[in-house]
Amino acid sequence: MANQMVKGNTAVIVGAMYGGCDCFFGYPITPASEILHEASKYFSMLGRNFVQAESEEASINMVYGASAAGHRVMTASSGPGISLMQEGITFLAGAELPAVIVDIMRAGPGLGNIGPEQGDYNQVVKGGGHGNYKNIVLAPNSVQEMCDFTIKAFELADKYKSPVYVLADAVLGQMAEPLEFPQKAIEHIPDNSWSVRGNKETMENLVTSIYLDFDQLEHFNIELQKKYKAIEENEVEYFEYHVEDAEILLISYGISSRISKTAVDICRENGLKVGLFRPIKLYPFPYNRLSELKEKIDNFISVEMSNGQMLEDVKLAIKSDDVELVNRMGGNLLNIGDILRKISQVSGNKSILDPKYCNFNQNDDNSKFNGFSKDEVNKESFKSIID
Amino acid sequence: MSNKNTRYVEDNKNNNHDKNNETIKNYDKKNESIENEYETIIMKKSESINNEFTRGNSLKTTHYCGGCGHGILTKLIGDVMSELGIQERSVMISPVGCAVFGYYYFNCGNVQTAHGRAPAVGTGISRAEEEAIVMSYQGDGDLASIGLNETLQAANRGEKIAVFFVNNTVYGMTGGQMAPTTLIGEVTITSQNGRDPNYTGFPIHMCELIDNLKAPVLIERVSLANPMDIRLAKVAIRKALQIQKEGKGYSFIEVLSPCPTNLRQGVKGTEDFINKQMKKEFPVKVFRDKSRDVGSVLRKQSDFSIESLDRIFNVERDDGKSIVDDYSFNRLNVKIAGFGGQGVLSAGLTLAQAACFEEKYVSWYPAYGPEQRGGTANCSVVISGHPIGSPVADNIDILLAFNKPALEKFICDVKEDGVIFYDSRVGEFKGYNNIENYCVPVYEIANKLNVPKAINTVMLGVLMEYGRTKNNILSKESYIKGIEETFASKEKLIGKNIQILEAGAKWARENLDFKF
Repeated sequence: MANQMVKGNTAVIVGAMYGGCDCFFGYPITPASEILHEASKYFSMLGRNFVQAESEEASINMVYGASAAGHRVMTASSGPGISLMQEGITFLAGAELPAVIVDIMRAGPGLGNIGPEQGDYNQVVKGGGHGNYKNIVLAPNSVQEMCDFTIKAFELADKYKSPVYVLADAVLGQMAEPLEFPQKAIEHIPDNSWSVRGNKETMENLVTSIYLDFDQLEHFNIELQKKYKAIEENEVEYFEYHVEDAEILLISYGISSRISKTAVDICRENGLKVGLFRPIKLYPFPYNRLSELKEKIDNFISVEMSNGQMLEDVKLAIKSDDVELVNRMGGNLLNIGDILRKISQVSGNKSILDPKYCNFNQNDDNSKFNGFSKDEVNKESFKSIID
Repeated sequence: MSNKNTRYVEDNKNNNHDKNNETIKNYDKKNESIENEYETIIMKKSESINNEFTRGNSLKTTHYCGGCGHGILTKLIGDVMSELGIQERSVMISPVGCAVFGYYYFNCGNVQTAHGRAPAVGTGISRAEEEAIVMSYQGDGDLASIGLNETLQAANRGEKIAVFFVNNTVYGMTGGQMAPTTLIGEVTITSQNGRDPNYTGFPIHMCELIDNLKAPVLIERVSLANPMDIRLAKVAIRKALQIQKEGKGYSFIEVLSPCPTNLRQGVKGTEDFINKQMKKEFPVKVFRDKSRDVGSVLRKQSDFSIESLDRIFNVERDDGKSIVDDYSFNRLNVKIAGFGGQGVLSAGLTLAQAACFEEKYVSWYPAYGPEQRGGTANCSVVISGHPIGSPVADNIDILLAFNKPALEKFICDVKEDGVIFYDSRVGEFKGYNNIENYCVPVYEIANKLNVPKAINTVMLGVLMEYGRTKNNILSKESYIKGIEETFASKEKLIGKNIQILEAGAKWARENLDFKF
């Protein structure tokens, strides 16, 4: 079959392998563990390198080593693991090494739980570790993109010699959709001009992020900012859905944007002019485009599964606080009803609150349900269920 | 020194600024008068050590303090690199600590790393580049404190790296703090009354710790206290790098080394401290050398060909099928729910596979986590003629419920024109808001075919019949394809499940009167 039903986490490894990734280093964490499992299975089948590291710190430093050797390398984790990796990621940025990091976000802070959330936005999009650096961040919203964006992440990492994130969440990692496999397989050739490979061509090379001299380090930082400027000029990427005539604009990424899209469809069915703006890359963030859109569209609603971390960037883009927020946290997936309620409130339209679209009383209605007869369940038959 | 009248002078054509050479010239001039009597002999420095320390910096002199052991160890390693002819293959990892600038001196590929992480970085380099000779040069704070885990784990994996561990009982670069190796009673800036084991425990013995692991090939402790010790240290370094040259695995050399600056010691003081105090705590010896007993560690070559990739992922390139948008077919939300272990998730996957086979847009989203392990389980399957937004069945068209909690949890989300199929063992169910509902004796049907566990497939059979009668959403062929995919790894179950699927459909045909 051209298409196979594939889980999002598996699709990451499909993308990695067709994208020429030679090394995977990782540590188990729900809900990203399947990426580790699949890497362990498939990397080994083709003689590529896989190590289950002793910790996330070790994982990211193994990534640092293999990247310094010029190979395509990646790791994958979730919030708590990404927090541990921040040291390694700032070293990657400081040494200008390419690497791909996949973050399958779960709910925080602290240990939180393993439900979906988008609360890693700040630590991923804004840098995360110490120092003046940024990461390019790709935010897929389908299983196909989990695969395709992983390949793209390797290309961007090499192009800019920078760590690149694929930022997804527990839903995208766990769900399955038809995947069209990549059309070509990439064999990456290490770049001898900067890598350290243990051969004659690279023996003069040095990978480091230490500049003892203040002026030297300042100069390096200035150069680094030039790189980010180039990224901001060339790499902004977004997707617009029914934006042309929109009067209300939902701004949403990742799994939230999928749910927002369904909400847009429902609104359009009811003649409500609602559009969806989806940043495909979160860094660089599409500030300019949002600023343009604000001139035409009055109502902006940021839809995300965090305490409004992306909302801050939307506010920066439009230079105003005039943005509504629809959010869920703690592992609760956004419900279409959450979005429709806010749109109804903003627009005054009540027709979209029809129960045919969703159960708007989801949280309190189940207690009223009284469909069973009084003698309830035949306990014997339940025993057989458990057997 | 040699008593032959041979003179080895470093070729310094390009080294006009080399202070060392200037000094030598001046020395030569001063001693011109006695040159007839004594020949000045300069041992040729090995190629593996740089003449000028220009890499990443403009220093011309070393950054190490006078009397420090690092300079000696650096020279010994460089000499051995040249003697073994491995300079080009060598990759030196510089740590955080006094040896952070190791790359000034070693004339080979260099990677500078975060504090304590050198063995992990070494693992990455060594795995990526099979032929590289990877050396990790670390101090006691770096290796035995912050990087202890990485150290032990890399040793335990038997990584192909040589670790040189400089033990001088003190943090050097940061200004003389207590190290894990600081001796009892030893005064440092953070143990000002001497290290007290009641508060800070005892010195950590790295060779002894690593000697508990099976994988390492060589474990040895040496000292730099005096010329004889230095010669023996070089022998150990040579063994460690020979092991790397042959790709045999992990070698660990601990080097007892002087730190006159931080420990406020003179020449005699450092020698005495190592000989009389450190060696008592850290005996100098070979802990293990199995280099003669082990062969090279060989790992496979990476394969990047599309043929191999397509083979491992079972990709068939030629059928040319692709999803076509059909806006007349709106999304169908299916929720399947029951106990973990009832095949709820796999039934959903089978249904999704069937839809995938018919080139429909489809998504399968499981409730995952602890619920999978014996509690309630459910999944959403959304099938559509056009791209799917939310993968969650918020408003349900079809609910397949295998237990009472599942019915309770999701019944309020079923659309008015939706349909419910439920396991007959749920008990008497009076219905809800006049939503169409059917009681299916899944257990009896499955049990009749001697596979009581296959209740999920029975339910799919009923759904197949329902779909067939209603608007022919998915064909029987697609359901069978779905079963084949779901049970691909348990082939003998495929035939039986197809039989059960048909039995479910037959029962529905004969017993249910669908209202549409």
